[in-house]
Amino acid sequence: MSAQSLSRKRQGSGALAVFMALLCLLFLLPILIVLMNSFKGKFFISTLPFSLPSAADGTFVGLANYFEGVRLTGFFDAFGYSLFITVFSVGLIVLMTSMTGWFLARVNTKGTKAIYLLLVFSMVVPFQMVMFTMSKVANMLHLDNPVGIVFVYLGFGAGLSTFMFTGFARFVPREIEEAAHIDGCGPVRTYFSVVFPVLKPTAITVAILNAMWIWNDYLLPYLLLGSKYKTIPIAVQYLRGGYGSVDMGAMMAMLVLAIVPIVIFYLTCQKYIIKGVIAGAVKG
Amino acid sequence: MQKTLRKYFPLFVLPTLIAFAVVFLIPFLMGIYLSFTEFTTVTNSRWVGLQNYVTAFTTNREFLNALWFTVKFAAVSVVSINVIGFLMASLLTRGIRGTNVFRTVFFLPNLIGGIVLGWIWQMIFNGILYHYEMTLTYSPSFGFWGLVILMNWQMIGYMMIIYIAGIQAIPGELYDAADVDGAGPWQKLTRVTLPMVMPSITICTFLTLTNSFKLFDQNLALTAGAPSKKTAMLALDIYNTFYGRNGWEGVGQAKAVVFFLLVALLAFLQLRITRRREVDQ
Repeated sequence: MSAQSLSRKRQGSGALAVFMALLCLLFLLPILIVLMNSFKGKFFISTLPFSLPSAADGTFVGLANYFEGVRLTGFFDAFGYSLFITVFSVGLIVLMTSMTGWFLARVNTKGTKAIYLLLVFSMVVPFQMVMFTMSKVANMLHLDNPVGIVFVYLGFGAGLSTFMFTGFARFVPREIEEAAHIDGCGPVRTYFSVVFPVLKPTAITVAILNAMWIWNDYLLPYLLLGSKYKTIPIAVQYLRGGYGSVDMGAMMAMLVLAIVPIVIFYLTCQKYIIKGVIAGAVKG
Repeated sequence: MQKTLRKYFPLFVLPTLIAFAVVFLIPFLMGIYLSFTEFTTVTNSRWVGLQNYVTAFTTNREFLNALWFTVKFAAVSVVSINVIGFLMASLLTRGIRGTNVFRTVFFLPNLIGGIVLGWIWQMIFNGILYHYEMTLTYSPSFGFWGLVILMNWQMIGYMMIIYIAGIQAIPGELYDAADVDGAGPWQKLTRVTLPMVMPSITICTFLTLTNSFKLFDQNLALTAGAPSKKTAMLALDIYNTFYGRNGWEGVGQAKAVVFFLLVALLAFLQLRITRRREVDQ
């Protein structure tokens, strides 16, 4: 390659990097505007949404929106419920569906095939199809509380999660299981000491995909828990209220508080999240 | 081994199966049955045959409007998200500096929940429209393009990451061979890159299509169907039919069955069409 074309190429990649940097800024802009507006008086958010808040013209209100938003929505309780439901649901889903997935991969009967097909089938069914009947059943069985909903999430998470574990368990070498069996391990010990460690990368993928879904889920917890136990998405939507106008100041502050935990989680587990999403998409 | 394992069915499979049956399978079957009945709770149903289905399509235009709105929305979103996502992926696989940072930023909106996304964009669109003395609910086309922009912002980074993985898996020798044969950039794109990333295209169109059809949270938070239900998509229309007024539960369930059949059919057709174009690797 001649020196001239090499330098042209370098110039080209410089221009590309600048273009990408600008595009990045454009992508972040909506979030930055929300952050900026969260310090602005609520009436200025609709009239002056794109200017910085300033103390000089009285548009800057400090943390007032945050206090008001937390008071109106009970944000910290919501954070607690969201965390509780997400952690326990994801834990239960990973534990139970990995066991089911391995079982379905190893035991070949008509029954296991039927279960597998039903689980795969459930992935294409939209939530609205079962929304009404499911919430009635959940009411009857007293699953309409933060503990019961964990069980509900196991049922809805079962499709994709079992599917992924079964797919991966087929590649786990049977020799190591046979070896454990010969050493006198029963299926339970074989599973926990030999199989699960091999399934760990899939377990991380499944955990991340389910955590993203459950943390952000709105309709399912809204139907089961209503505004009695508000999760974060319910708390945000709750600000809309009945017919009155929305307190946009409090809304901006709540949006910031809703985004911050996600950004922290994302930046700490970024590698796993991106890998998990790719693996999940390819499998799904 | 398999024989011993089979005895452990109650421990390994039963808990998952019970949860799955209680919250999905039984409600699904009940839902199909109830769509042919009139009911307010699930225990007081009365058989009415196909009446609910007829009502869903003929009493008012809400369901048909929602269907048409959803189809238009899905068509525009699937094309724009995949074209932009693919372009950005091809720009980010040229080894420029900062690639990882760019990837991180572009993917971020996808992690934010639909309700939060809806309110972020409602504030921004209303802020822009304020200068023209209008709001987002002034015209249904504002809500439509608002949702399209929102969906693009949310999903472009996600699709871009899948396309990046696909492009990076293409062996470099193929491009060397194309160079030797004297292929230009356009030919390399259409004869090498696109056929080789066909599996990624299958996945991405599948994900964008099903997500567009099932969209609910974003729709609820951005416009909630305003003005006068003209921007309500299928999922929101079904929700409103169920919980909006008494006595319409059967119609809501019938709409839900139609919705399910539509999504299942689309998913099936889409997978068949794009899978056929994949090349063996």
